[in-house]
Parts: sequence; structure tokens; C-alpha cells
Amino acid sequence: MLTSGMILLAGSLLSPNPGLIFWTAITFVIVLLILKKIAWGPILNALAEREKGIQSSIDRAHQAKDESEAILRKNKELLAKADAESDRIIREGKDFAEKLRSDISQKAQTEAQKMIASAKEEIEQEKRRALDVLRNEVADLAVKGAEKIIKTTLDADIQKRIVDSMIQDLSTNRN
Amino acid sequence: MKRLNVIQPKALLKVIAILVPLLLNVNGLTFAASGQSAEVPKSSAAAAASPAVSAPAAEAAHGAEAPEGEEKAGDVIMHHILDNNVFAFEPFGSINLPKIVVGGFDISITKHVVMLWLVSALLLIVFSVVGGKYKNITPRNAPSGLANAMEALVEFIRLDVAKSNIGHGYEKHLPYLLTVFFFILFCNLLGLVPYGATATGNVNVTLTLSIFTFFVTQIAAFKAHGVKGYLQHLTAGTHWSLWIIMVPIEIIGQFTKPFALTIRLFANMTAGHIIILSLIFISFILKSYIVAVAVSVPFAIFIDLLELFVAFLQAFVFTMLSALFIGLATAHEGHDEAAAGVAHH
Repeated sequence: MLTSGMILLAGSLLSPNPGLIFWTAITFVIVLLILKKIAWGPILNALAEREKGIQSSIDRAHQAKDESEAILRKNKELLAKADAESDRIIREGKDFAEKLRSDISQKAQTEAQKMIASAKEEIEQEKRRALDVLRNEVADLAVKGAEKIIKTTLDADIQKRIVDSMIQDLSTNRN
Repeated sequence: MKRLNVIQPKALLKVIAILVPLLLNVNGLTFAASGQSAEVPKSSAAAAASPAVSAPAAEAAHGAEAPEGEEKAGDVIMHHILDNNVFAFEPFGSINLPKIVVGGFDISITKHVVMLWLVSALLLIVFSVVGGKYKNITPRNAPSGLANAMEALVEFIRLDVAKSNIGHGYEKHLPYLLTVFFFILFCNLLGLVPYGATATGNVNVTLTLSIFTFFVTQIAAFKAHGVKGYLQHLTAGTHWSLWIIMVPIEIIGQFTKPFALTIRLFANMTAGHIIILSLIFISFILKSYIVAVAVSVPFAIFIDLLELFVAFLQAFVFTMLSALFIGLATAHEGHDEAAAGVAHH
């Protein structure tokens, strides 16, 4: 053990050997050149290409995500707009229906009012006419009655006048 | 209170670790004594065969036997660690590697050169397979098997080492960093294979690799700042009166970085092998099976697994520091603080 250490210190381990240096240099350079051609070029290219591919895939994925988010946002907006639109339409429909209903009912009411009024008027007219007829009838009956009762020389015209005035009084009294 | 509880078992373990080998050593000594007595007839036979050797000389050889055995262990370890011209496959024989001398320079093919070539061949095979798979791969399908395993490492170097340390323009340096990482990693791992040798455990190899890092760093610095900016960096942004101190320090700093890289990798890879071999040789030196079973083998296995981790770690550290130096050389702002941090490190 000790002697091996002495040999190491004596320098045979560190002794220069130009031949070995020469061969190492030649071998290394040749290996470097050949490997650069056959191995490092294709491998590094493939690695760089793959790196690029992965990066572009990531980019594409991000882009797709952004796009889908934008589409989602747009869809939501559209949905909200459609909701608002339908609300508006429903409200308008309701308003219109309300208006229509009130219009119709008002019209019906006025119509009924009118019909009632005209019916009343007609009834009034009928009543008046009936009263006239009745009055004439009553006058005639009264005259006939008086004629039958009196059967005198009394002038028919005078008597009729008297009865008329009497009936007039009667009607006014009744009213 | 709790801390005491933690320390006590550790202390106990230490005591056991010291005591057990000592006790076993006593056992080993008796072994050695019996071995010595057994060897007496042999040496006497040798003495008889060569009459020139006198009895005192034989006695001296006997006396030198114990330290000789110890030296032999050291020699074997150094033989394993150091570079040489023989590729040995212990029980099966060995291959003598060719010796080449060109123009006075010894550029013979040594064991470590062969290992470098093996590593290169392995790298080329693995990555031609992986690269072939990547040629017809699209971002839509995932890699599998070997390509997937290598991709994890490549991606780690690309993002966690290169991108985070160099920052802008890291792609230019990626081929160098990747090659250095896998080259060192495969060298380290092949060193753990039986009959293999650790090329990165040779200071010449690590020196060459860090010289590459040095050049890459310097060129990157020149490209990033231009000559004027490079010279400005050498002054570290201090007042001109301090330049006489700062400029030499900065210039030395340029060289200490690769030097540290060299020594770190070399020492780490060498130390692990020395520890494993030393642990194994403990049982041979003490001549005890008990030591072998109780100490050498378990500890050697543990260190071997540790070495497996260190193989990855040191390849990573070398690459990481290379990337860091390139990043520092090309950084535009905060140069001083970062440099100070690295110097501390």
C-alpha cells in the first residue's frame, strides 16, 4: 500500500505520453464528427421538433379553450337576450290582452248602456203610445158610458170636453 | 441527545473496522508462518541447484520475502492502472500491441488507445442505431427501447447541463458536450468491465479532453465578445491600477479550469480502481480467507457499485463544468460574481 503511494508520487501516473494524447485527440475528433452527423443531428432535431410540437399543441389547446370560452360567453349573452326578448314579448302580450279586455268590456258596457237606453226610450214611447191609446179608449168608453147613462139631448161635444178635462185631471193626479 | 445516538453506532463500527482486521492479522501471521516453513525446502532446493548462491544470500532472500510480496501487490495495482503495450487476458494469455514511432514521437497503440477505440466503436454502434431510429421518427410517435434510454441522457445534457449553464446559443455547443459526456461515460463504464482498462484514469486522456474544453471555451469567448471584449474580460472590470494583478490572475484562471477538469476526472477514476484492488489485495497480503469473505469481497463490491455511480457522476461533472466554463466565457453580465463562485467551487 505504502509503495503504491510512493509510485504514485514518483510520477509514473502523471507521466506525459504524447502518443496517447495524439490518439485521444484523433479518436475524439473523429467520434465527435461522426456522431454529430449520424446521431446528434437527427436526435436534436427530433427533440426540438417534438418540443415545438408540444408547445404548439399547448398553444392550440389554450386557443381552443379561449375560443370555447368566448363561444360560451356569447351563448350566455344570446340566451340572456332571448330571455329578455321573451319576457318583453310576454309582457307586451299581457298588456295588449289587458287592454283588449278592458276595451272590449268597455265597449260592451257602452253597448249595453246604449241598448238599455234605447230599450228604455222605446219602452217610454210604447208606454206613451199605449197611454194615448188607453186615453182615447178610456175617453171613448167614457163617452159611450155617458151616452148610455145620460141618453139625453146633451151635446156630445160638450160632454166629451168635460170628460176630457176630467181625464186630464185624473192623469195629472195619478202622476 | 439524538445526535449522540447517531454517533455511537458509527464509532462502534469504526472500532470494529479497526479491530477485526488486526485480530484476523494474528490469524494470518500463523498462516504466513506455516507458509514460510513450507517454503524452506523449496528454497533450499534452489540453493542446491545453484551452488553460486551462498546460504546467507538465501537467508537474505527469505528476509526480503514479506516486503517483496507487499511490493508485488503495489506493482500489480500500478500495472493495472497504468498504460502499457500489452493487453492481458490473465489466464488465457495476452496480446502484444504494435509499437509505432513516427518522427521521434512514440505513438504506439497502447492498452488505453485500444480502450478508446473500443469506446468509439461502441459509441458509433449505439448511436448509429439510435440516430437511425430518430431519422424516421415524428413528433407523433414516442421513441422506445435504446433510443428512449439514450434520449433521456441526451435530453438531460441538452436542458439541464447545456441550456441552464450556457443559455442563449447553447445549441452550437451541444454536439461537443454530448460527445464528451458519452465518451467519458463509456470510457468509465468499460473500465469496470473485466479485462477492461479505464482510459479516463489516464491523465493524458483527461488532459486532452480538457484541452478540447479549453479551446471550445476560448473560441466561444472570442466569438461572443470579440478581441476587445475578450481583453476587457481579462481585466475583470476593475480599475486600471489593479490590472497588473488582475490580468495575470485571470490568465492563470483560464488555465486552472481545464487543469482542474483534468485532475478531477483522472483522480476519481484512478482512485476507485486503486481502492478496489487494494481491498482485494488485503486478503492476499494477510493470507486469510476470513478477511477475503468478511472485508475484501463485500467492500470491493460496494466500491464497485460506487464506481458505477461515479462513472455517471464524473461524466456529468466534466460535461457540466465544460458547459459552465463556456457559459461563463460567453456571459455578458455578472461575469465577476459567477467567476468568483466557480473559483470557490
